[in-house]
Amino acid sequence: MAKRIEVSGLNAYYGGFLAVEDVSMTIEPRSVTAFIGPSGCGKSTFLRTLNRMHEVIPGARVDGKVMLDDQDLYGDKVDPVAVRRVVGMVFQRPNPFPTMSIYDNVAAGLKLNGVKGKSELDGIVETSLKGANLWNEVKDRLPKPGAGLSGGQQQRLCIARAIAVQPQVLLMDEPCSALDPISTLAIEDLIAQLKSQYTIVIVTHNMQQAARVSDRTAFFNIAGTGKPGKLIELDETSKIFTNPTEKATEDYITGRFG
Amino acid sequence: MTSIDDVQTAAVGVSRRRRAISTGRRGDKIFRGAALGSGVFVLVIMGAIAAFLVWKAIPALQANQGSFLTDTEWRANSDPPRFGIAQLAFGTVMSAFLALLMATPVAIGIALFISFYAPRKLADGLGFIVDLLAAVPSIIYGLWGLHFLVMNSDGVVSFLNTYLGWIPLFAGENVGGQSLFIGSVVLAIMILPIISSISREVFLQVPTPHIEAAQALGATRWETIRLSVLPYGRSGVISAMMLGLGRALGETVAIALVLSTVAGINWHILEPGGNTFAANIVRTFGESGEIGRSALIASGLVLFVITMIVNMAARAIVSRRKEFTE
Amino acid sequence: MSVLTAKTGQAIPETSLGRKLKDRTVLIAVYVAFALAVIPLVSVLYKVISEGVQVISADFLTRSMNGIGGRDAGGGVYHSIVGTLEQVALASAMSIPIAVLTAVYLVEYGQGKRLAKTISFFVDVMTGIPSIVAGLFVLAFWILVLGFEVSGFAGALALGVLMIPTVVRSAEEMLKLVPNELREASYALGVPRWRTVMKVVLPTAFTGIVTGIMLAVARVMGETAPLLLTIWVTKVINFNAFQGAQSSLPTYIWEQASDPNQVAVARAWGAALTLIFIIMVLNIGARLLARRTSIR
Repeated sequence: MAKRIEVSGLNAYYGGFLAVEDVSMTIEPRSVTAFIGPSGCGKSTFLRTLNRMHEVIPGARVDGKVMLDDQDLYGDKVDPVAVRRVVGMVFQRPNPFPTMSIYDNVAAGLKLNGVKGKSELDGIVETSLKGANLWNEVKDRLPKPGAGLSGGQQQRLCIARAIAVQPQVLLMDEPCSALDPISTLAIEDLIAQLKSQYTIVIVTHNMQQAARVSDRTAFFNIAGTGKPGKLIELDETSKIFTNPTEKATEDYITGRFG
Repeated sequence: MTSIDDVQTAAVGVSRRRRAISTGRRGDKIFRGAALGSGVFVLVIMGAIAAFLVWKAIPALQANQGSFLTDTEWRANSDPPRFGIAQLAFGTVMSAFLALLMATPVAIGIALFISFYAPRKLADGLGFIVDLLAAVPSIIYGLWGLHFLVMNSDGVVSFLNTYLGWIPLFAGENVGGQSLFIGSVVLAIMILPIISSISREVFLQVPTPHIEAAQALGATRWETIRLSVLPYGRSGVISAMMLGLGRALGETVAIALVLSTVAGINWHILEPGGNTFAANIVRTFGESGEIGRSALIASGLVLFVITMIVNMAARAIVSRRKEFTE
Repeated sequence: MSVLTAKTGQAIPETSLGRKLKDRTVLIAVYVAFALAVIPLVSVLYKVISEGVQVISADFLTRSMNGIGGRDAGGGVYHSIVGTLEQVALASAMSIPIAVLTAVYLVEYGQGKRLAKTISFFVDVMTGIPSIVAGLFVLAFWILVLGFEVSGFAGALALGVLMIPTVVRSAEEMLKLVPNELREASYALGVPRWRTVMKVVLPTAFTGIVTGIMLAVARVMGETAPLLLTIWVTKVINFNAFQGAQSSLPTYIWEQASDPNQVAVARAWGAALTLIFIIMVLNIGARLLARRTSIR
């Protein structure tokens, strides 16, 4: 189910402003790839180009290629809506649908895709909530509103919602930055479990987190304000944090700037 | 070494300074008083409206030989006066609800169009066009309704009568002309901009994370609206509808021009006829005597109470929603 | 685990036809809704302009209806323009100070107080008062109880009641936009509160308040119902708003439109064009002013 992503020569724009310049990389299936770098370096923008969420911002556009196995996400006949079905996303702040119950939140994507049978829905909702390590906490209150959960639970609910449609890739945009340390730990454990099934890409501003959860790490950087963000290097996480090739990476991870 | 003179000058200095400060304070007091007074005056006006309407409505209500609530005829100037608001209430409520029924889907459509479908550069201009609809005075809608719409709507009216005549509302023999239906259409056009501009505001407030949550699940544009925008905006749209309803209930000259006076309650809205509180007031005011005027004031009081209730309910929904989202 | 993926061998499955169709249908519905709103606007404006220009002339704008019989052509709206301008001016003179001061109270003094909340609530409720009720109020209070005769001033009272809530609301919004730092900077200099409001807060919000006032003026200028009860009707020019019946553009349209004679209906269109012209000038002027402020 998990797929390999190959990006080549990707540029992302906001109107006339080039936010990310000429990124090429390969993201391996069934592994966790972390994006790190100073704020404004384009790591989140780049992440959003991987499921075509970048272009929902008015004026934003992308050129370059993003291959999911052998299909280009930016190909002529590709429907961005369909792309987002196979490349799921979890956001910085947990964003369950506020008016929906826990159950309906998880089932939302399934219902869109025409899954109607009650027993089928029940089954997938349970699997997804178990997959997000949330089942035991909410199984007795599935009809209660999702907004009533704690922040960490809400974020796991959002992960359950994302994996319920069985995507091939899961993108996470700083999923723990709004959470307390205990909830963060729960999410990190979850990521470690999920990678056996999904290709996971996580943006984080926290280098320890990248070191803890990821197999490979990509470092992004900008030359200055108003300059585009660039990929500096991508390698095994252990190598990036102990013996990076580029000097800029070393400066960043040793805290000399950023 | 202080002479009396020195002390005096010092004292004068102090008192002068004091006076300078106290002038500031007095100015503050006066200004604050004026601001507070104005605010309270607004409350007084509201109270006075209710009080004077009640006061001047009483003579007619005492002289009335008919039943004020259930009589369908308005003969406030005959001797003895007999009048009741049943027909007026029927026409007012019916026309306002029909107008709401017609205007709401269109208004929500416009609001969605401007906030999610129109190209961004166009959106402002389109909003402006809708606002212009609101700026056209009701008398001009009335003029247009009477001397254009009534004459050019017979086709639509007989179409509805022929094909939807099995619905009691659209039944009838002599359909066409100055009917309650045409009046409702004019009202619908008039309340359209109110409902759509408030809905638009609410839609624009939907937090981006809610919208992105739906988009990231692979929702189409419509599904995004259904999952994120409409649930969030529902209470706002409801209060917009109620404000529109309030406006339609109280609208006067447009509907007074378009309707034709036929006595009695007629459920066949495509047939000529219909009357409303407000229309009855401006139409019969000219030939009214003392009791006649008092009776009209009594009917206006009923209208005032109805619109107050509708408006307060709308505001209550808005403020509850504010507490909910903040 | 393959409910969804089994349907297609491709990496990216197609969105189902049904969903696409629904999306399309809504798209079309939304465009149709917009067209439905534009049609009456265009029709109204087209009718008013095309019928109006046939009537409007220097004569039409400078003559009253004095001596014009029911079926006669000719006559004009001069007496109505005079009436409308005087009534709206009087209404503005009475209601604007009260409304702006009320807004000042709500924003500068009343924050969080129960009285302010009450006033604010009733200002909202007042916005929803039907204009005919304002007319009935003036009829009951000014004419029936206090015993004054019908006059332009009585009409102005009713228009004033209708203007107050709209001006309060817009002025309040504008005052809220004035940044608190400006007020604090002024207090820090030892300027008393009322001078701060007069010299710092109000000037900052000035253009915004003026915009709101222009829109409110444009709105009451088209009000008909309350005037029908308070200014009565007349065919002649009456410059004195404090004595005797006066005409106005909206009531003039009402009279002429209710008259089945074609000459009268034509005059109604002419007056409608005159009225809508003044209102649109006020509206567009207000928007331009608003745009200029927002850029700054």
